[in-house]
Amino acid sequence: MLEVKNMWKSFNLGTDHEINVFRNFSLSFIEGESTAIVGANGCGKSTLLNLISGSLPLDSGKILLKGRDISLLPEEKRSSNIGRVHQNPSFGVSPSLTILENLALANKKGDSFSLRNLVKKDSIPFYKELLKTLDLGLENKIHTQVKFLSGGQRQSLSLLMATMKDPDLLLLDEHTAALDPKTSFVVMEKTKELIEKNNITTVMISHNMSDALKYSQRIIMMDKGEVILDKRSCDVSEKELLDIYTKQLVKKITA
Amino acid sequence: MNTLILTSLEQGLIFSVLAMGVIMTYKILDMADLSVEGTFPLGAFVFAKFALAGFNPIISTGLAFVFGSLAGLMTALLFVKLKIRPLLSGILTMTMLYSFNLRLNGRANIPLFNYKSIYGDVPTLLLLAIIIISIKILLDMFLKTEIGYLLIATGDNEVLVKSLGKSTNTYKILGLMLSNGLVGFSGALMAQYQGFVDITMGSSIIVIALASIIIGDSIKRSSNKIKLTTRAIFGAISYRLIGGFAIDLGLSPSDLKAVSALIVIVFISYNNFSSPFINSLKKKGGKSDVRSKKYVEEF
Ligand SMILES: Nc1ncnc2c1ncn2[C@@H]1O[C@H](COP(=O)(O)OP(=O)(O)O)[C@@H](O)[C@H]1O
Ligand SMILES: [Mg+2]
Repeated sequence: MLEVKNMWKSFNLGTDHEINVFRNFSLSFIEGESTAIVGANGCGKSTLLNLISGSLPLDSGKILLKGRDISLLPEEKRSSNIGRVHQNPSFGVSPSLTILENLALANKKGDSFSLRNLVKKDSIPFYKELLKTLDLGLENKIHTQVKFLSGGQRQSLSLLMATMKDPDLLLLDEHTAALDPKTSFVVMEKTKELIEKNNITTVMISHNMSDALKYSQRIIMMDKGEVILDKRSCDVSEKELLDIYTKQLVKKITA
Repeated sequence: MNTLILTSLEQGLIFSVLAMGVIMTYKILDMADLSVEGTFPLGAFVFAKFALAGFNPIISTGLAFVFGSLAGLMTALLFVKLKIRPLLSGILTMTMLYSFNLRLNGRANIPLFNYKSIYGDVPTLLLLAIIIISIKILLDMFLKTEIGYLLIATGDNEVLVKSLGKSTNTYKILGLMLSNGLVGFSGALMAQYQGFVDITMGSSIIVIALASIIIGDSIKRSSNKIKLTTRAIFGAISYRLIGGFAIDLGLSPSDLKAVSALIVIVFISYNNFSSPFINSLKKKGGKSDVRSKKYVEEF
């Protein structure tokens, strides 16, 4: 479904600050499966998603989505098949537009934009139904500008917008990290519902080991641009995961 | 009607087109575009060029829009394709237009009294009101379209626009073209109104535009019911009326630029701080009155 093949990626190549994040990195993901990626800060998790989505160019290697090489396509060309929710709740929405206007924009994802009116009165019930699935009461505030929503509400809306057009692939980069524990739980549950309902292949980065295990079928741990663990989530306990994680950290500190 | 008020109203309407143009960049795309300092006189010089060549004034005014938007295209390409910072791109376009405007007719000042203008058949105030309201309605409609919303979203969150499968560059180019087209159009309206074009017409026009936009913004600041275009028109007319009264009170027209800059400074700082000085002036009596006296003394 998604294949990363022999990928190389460095930053600041040829300077004193050269960082080689990926050296000949390969990884593939299976259709309909939800994969969680964990690993210490700076190991390359976000960079991996940025390379897949096209916000960063590859140095060399290939990325295949459903067998098609997408590694040379610009970000906006890839995005029609890829949905993404960022850590920052402001990245997924247009703050000065209303909830309704944001949903109407998301509903045109990948289509051509014309001089017709964006918001059509007869599609309002459809958007309200969608919002109802979030259980946040947002269906009663469709004319509220998104900048007045809380982080959790914005993130839930981003999630809805990112999955509205049934993407082949959903990329989540610590999308609950900026939220308080309670809101984070609600958003994770919504995420699970949406993924399961639409059967979307998902790659999720998580800073929280128990969430990573709970909400995925496959778990991957990365260290310095390499996969150091790749198992079925049900075969790993949280303690095991934490042990490996701390061992890596200790190694790093004592090295 | 008092001639001072009438002239201020008419000029205010002409500056509304300028202000509606500048909101496209300053408010919607969130970018400071200085090319307007060149496109305002460009509109005037283009009008003069075609008027002198015997073209119909309506067509010449329309051509001012076309040339203005081409200048906007240049600024956009400078920063989209050549990655020059937007502010510098605008300054470069403005500088080039200075030479271009002089070249266009080979002169820095051209009287237009002997040529036909769009004014004259209908009362000027009425004609301008019709033009400005039509532009406002068209812009409002445009901002409700799919493309219009993408323009707004580009200024709001480029990540989102890319995730929708669109290149933000397209919409930056579009916004700058539309903005500078309107500014050029406004320059042509002004040239015909004052009966001449002059190379200095554009100097500090950006401050006039910003002053108008900022005044417009300060009406019911938190309400998102009032459209940007309405604010721009209201602001431009208020600005011109304030300027008219200032001249009436004995201020020389050459001092007006300093006044515009002061308006911008006062309104921006007011919006930024809602200063205790201004707040204390709003309240009356009691402690605040004592405080306000103190501030007035310090002032
Ligand atoms: N745009 C960038 N420019 C330079 N270095 C970067 C950039 N993005 C990431 N890096 C570096 O690449 C490494 C991996 O970063 P990242 O993928 O963000 O880690 P993670 O998400 O796993 O915490 C880090 O050392 C980081 O400093
Ligand atoms: Mg990260």
